[in-house]
Amino acid sequence: MRVTAPLGRRRVVVSAADEVGAYRVLHVADPDGPVPWPGQFYMLAAAESWGGGHDERPFLPRALSFLRAAGGRLSFMLEDVGPGTRRLCELAAGDELWVTGPLGSGFESPDAGPLARRAILVGGGVGIPPLAAWADVLAAARELDGPAAGGELPDALLGFRDAQHAAAVRLLGGAKVRVATDDGSIGHHGLVTELLAAELDADDRATVYACGPPAMLEAVRAICDERAVGAQLALESVMACGFGACYGCVVAVRDGGYVRVCVDGPVLDAARLEAVPAH
Amino acid sequence: MGAHAAVDFCGLRLAHPIVNASGTFDAIAARRTFGDELLDEFPFSAFVSKTITLEPRDGNPPPRLWETPAGLINSIGLPNRGLTGYLEHDLPQLAQLPVPLITNVMGSTADDVGRLVEATGERAEIAAIELNVSCPNVRTGLDVGASAESLAALLHAVRPLTRKPLIVKLTPNTADVAAVAVAAEAEGADAVSLINTLRATAFEPGADPWRPRPWLGGGGGGLSGPAIRAVALAQVAAVAARVSIPIVGMGGVASGRHARDLLGAGAALIAVGTESFRDPAAGARIAAELKSLQNAETPATCRKLA
Repeated sequence: MRVTAPLGRRRVVVSAADEVGAYRVLHVADPDGPVPWPGQFYMLAAAESWGGGHDERPFLPRALSFLRAAGGRLSFMLEDVGPGTRRLCELAAGDELWVTGPLGSGFESPDAGPLARRAILVGGGVGIPPLAAWADVLAAARELDGPAAGGELPDALLGFRDAQHAAAVRLLGGAKVRVATDDGSIGHHGLVTELLAAELDADDRATVYACGPPAMLEAVRAICDERAVGAQLALESVMACGFGACYGCVVAVRDGGYVRVCVDGPVLDAARLEAVPAH
Repeated sequence: MGAHAAVDFCGLRLAHPIVNASGTFDAIAARRTFGDELLDEFPFSAFVSKTITLEPRDGNPPPRLWETPAGLINSIGLPNRGLTGYLEHDLPQLAQLPVPLITNVMGSTADDVGRLVEATGERAEIAAIELNVSCPNVRTGLDVGASAESLAALLHAVRPLTRKPLIVKLTPNTADVAAVAVAAEAEGADAVSLINTLRATAFEPGADPWRPRPWLGGGGGGLSGPAIRAVALAQVAAVAARVSIPIVGMGGVASGRHARDLLGAGAALIAVGTESFRDPAAGARIAAELKSLQNAETPATCRKLA
């Protein structure tokens, strides 16, 4: 699903910024933007001091999936991992930023009706926002159709470094959540993909929706491929533009050549990929 | 834009002096993203296609991008559908744009370039042809535009093959860009465009800094953005001093003032590239800023555009 964006970037105001565990959540007022579809993303740049930081970066806007969108408000989940996200993490209520979007295509609607497959959401770290947005849509669809038609609440398997990062699970509603941490400080001690493999071994009638670091996504792809389970992967890539202009964000596909993550994704059917690239 | 901002460029009547740099705006993908608003509010007064080659190209393996202070290194590698794919698939869509279409082509031999020029020259949807002799990502494009002699030989072969305006996009990666521009003019080029990206590289982050490895999939790449604006000013001024054909000036233009500075240095048209990545509507904003600057100036200081 793809929602068309207004042409050009627009200046929006941060209405609030919260700490959620190790992450920062920015809420912005976007009265002129359309309601995006889960998995779509925006290009974000602070309106002030974008480029004045260490090493004179950032220069380009940063691509971020939205976490929630309703009533002319958007929210984004951030982790300070470089000059761009650092500057975005500094923003507070009243600060302004440039946004372009929504961009790309999001998750595909699940099959309706009694044959609908159950959804398993698999997320890692700062990759959980598109899954949170998708869980809301799935939960709403279930409410609309009734449990008999729409199946059960989606399962969400979420992996984090530690308990402090895992505090972000509270951003996910409308799903039955299980957590894995690298250090075992909360939930399963190990990889979230171990939970996924066990889940699918018990019952492989499911569709998997995943977003997270490349190594996690590659493991999800391989696990689903081995079991012939359909999977939609929300990929992350460095992007200059986000709307197909620069051809910088490509990923190799099975039938040859490359596709652009920004316009052909960021959500791609896992079957199209030989492997999820390491960067 | 009001009628007074219109520009005559090689016989093309353009609504304002701002076009896109080749390979920095994909109008087909942009229409998928922004819908028909793209046609209603098209940011440029002419659309320059990405570089078309005879055969399809996948482009370079990723990673393809590296952010620098005030700029960007790209190693894209000219992905395109090839001549046939362009004419059959892309051209019908690009012909729907509300502005004239300039098609950019590149070939590794005079024969290849000749076939590209002939085939694109026959199409009524194409208003002008730009020759890429300067892309630093592809070895074949580098040598021709780096020397006056080799460029003259190429133009001597291909210039007679079309009556459409022929723009030569010069490479900045040469000792004397003005000498190459003089050769282009002597061999019948209708215009020159500059600057293309500056050859650049980035090392793999996190690797041993004393044993650096190239990060970009293509090995090296080309630098663009505000980081190269001063180079563009110098090269456009150097070329303007030596040729009388019109110049399409580009390199780090992000505002109307930057555009005006390049016009002042001798350009007739301005191309916007990397700034469109930061704002898809940058071309329209820069055109509006330029117009208000020109309106504020006295006629004596306002350079004639055509």
